[in-house]
Amino acid sequence: MGRLLSLFRTFLPFLVGLVVLAGLQAVMPPVFAVILLYMGVNVVLAVSLNVVNGFTGQFSLGHAGFMAVGAYTAAKITLGLSGFQFPVLGYAVSQQLVFAIALGAAMAMAAVAGFLVGMPSLRLRGDYLAIVTLGFGEIIRSIIENMKFLGQATGLSGLPQRSNLIWVGMSVIATVVMAQRLASSTQGRALFAIREDEVAAEAMGVDTTGYKVRAFVISAAYAGLAGALIAHAIQLSTPRMFTFIRSIEVVVMVVLGGLGSISGSIVAACTLTVALEALREFQAYRMVAYALLLILLMLTRPQGLFGTREIWDLPFFRRLLRRPALASDGGSAGARPDSNSAGGTR
Amino acid sequence: MSAPLEVTNVTMRFGGLKALADFTLIMQPGELVGLIGPNGAGKTTAFNAITGVYVPSEGEVKVAGVRVNDEKPHQICTRGIARTFQNIRLFKQLTALDNVRIACHAGAQSGFFDALFLTGHHRREEARIRARAEEYLEVMGLSHRRDEISRNLPYGEQRRLEIARALATGPKVLCLDEPAAGMNAAEKTNLMGLVRSIRDRFGLAILIIEHDMRVAMGISERMLVLDHGITIAQGKPEAIRKNPKVIEAYLGDAYLEEKHIAVPPQENSK
Repeated sequence: MGRLLSLFRTFLPFLVGLVVLAGLQAVMPPVFAVILLYMGVNVVLAVSLNVVNGFTGQFSLGHAGFMAVGAYTAAKITLGLSGFQFPVLGYAVSQQLVFAIALGAAMAMAAVAGFLVGMPSLRLRGDYLAIVTLGFGEIIRSIIENMKFLGQATGLSGLPQRSNLIWVGMSVIATVVMAQRLASSTQGRALFAIREDEVAAEAMGVDTTGYKVRAFVISAAYAGLAGALIAHAIQLSTPRMFTFIRSIEVVVMVVLGGLGSISGSIVAACTLTVALEALREFQAYRMVAYALLLILLMLTRPQGLFGTREIWDLPFFRRLLRRPALASDGGSAGARPDSNSAGGTR
Repeated sequence: MSAPLEVTNVTMRFGGLKALADFTLIMQPGELVGLIGPNGAGKTTAFNAITGVYVPSEGEVKVAGVRVNDEKPHQICTRGIARTFQNIRLFKQLTALDNVRIACHAGAQSGFFDALFLTGHHRREEARIRARAEEYLEVMGLSHRRDEISRNLPYGEQRRLEIARALATGPKVLCLDEPAAGMNAAEKTNLMGLVRSIRDRFGLAILIIEHDMRVAMGISERMLVLDHGITIAQGKPEAIRKNPKVIEAYLGDAYLEEKHIAVPPQENSK
């Protein structure tokens, strides 16, 4: 009984999500559905990058490279198994299963790439790490660009259209749940310690190199997932989708939302996706407006929308939820005690 | 049984500079040893050589009989040597509880996937770590500050939190680098009482760097005096007090006249 309950608790977000997403999928007009897909993919990217850049405080600029690894891995599998049918199961179900396998493989391959890149580069810090990861991201892309087997510069086209609201939505839930549970675990706290003070973390028995590599691998795996999803949404996987501009877009989301804040990453990823789509009509001024928006936000809130806090730690929401002083559990890693709620209900 | 910490003939060279020469120290369980010396004498260097921040140029550091010269700080910490820092190095943006919980990390068994799937093992361990962390906060009188961001704590409490954090790693030897720096006389007395009670309660050996002579003499059972990296004297506080070399190097005439000595300016951080 207890075991059943704990299993239920583990998968509760997914169960609820599945129901909601199935409903959304049924009623959502296609135009909005596309934007929602992009949003979802960006949320996966931003939250996963936050594990490295926000939780661990290591500045990585190579996220697009891992996306590419995931996208191509998944594309190869879905293309290779496009006519495949499991015994007993129907064709449609088989193809969904193939996609699930492809997503898993994408994550695994991206994680391997993350490990290979992380091992040598994580000896470096700050700007140096940023430059090295940027370099590795570009290396991954140019390797792909030069492989016949992966279609070189034209990439792989004609992928089956598999990414729908359910797949993307479940991936978002998987990513957010991962980040949230990580943040409230021993493992996550070790990452925060590295961000706060590496020397002290090491002196307190935290294997800083090991944990940095771990964070990098986890983050890369979810980037691979995002890559696979986007490739099967636009039915295409080309090297041009994964240039370092893409990496920087994701970094912008994370910084804007607040380094270390999961909800911040989510809000920023959604806002920027919508902003870019909304500005599509003003093609010529699009990037100007986008840049101005960023400048404005950085001037007014240099620590990002929520700093290291979560949205529910902000004074406004605290009052709304009538929560007493700070809870130290959960993702409120960097929460600051705010005067107007400290004397609260307790 | 071998001593919890054995440092034999450790020399630290930085280029042409010998920051520490032939440093030897054997700590017995439950011992309270004071390490004193003027600014730049090599006290913190000695700490760094013991805890693995530096690799000794010569000599040997053994923890419970195992040579640890080439181990990283986190490995040495896991073997049972914990430290605090001269210039407080808390995890500033985290709560007091989280600071201590991070230090409980060492023995934690559950990994990333345990956390991801909230396994029973993971939840039991989290609960255990939390209970332990709260116990250490309690010992250091910081329970009421549990959910406070450590940066916002008053200075003295930050120092105490650092000790709580070091204790939480479950050490056999605790190295305190000027734990009383910047405190007033009453706070110092208080802290030293606390240090002694920690030693008694957990049966630790404690190595303490202290600038204030009266405090150092008051608390240590045995003292080591460093000057320019050389151990110029060691022994019981009473003997140190009378040792002419020590008086010359460090104490000066003022101490002989039993006047209060102002705390000398802080050593530069590394």
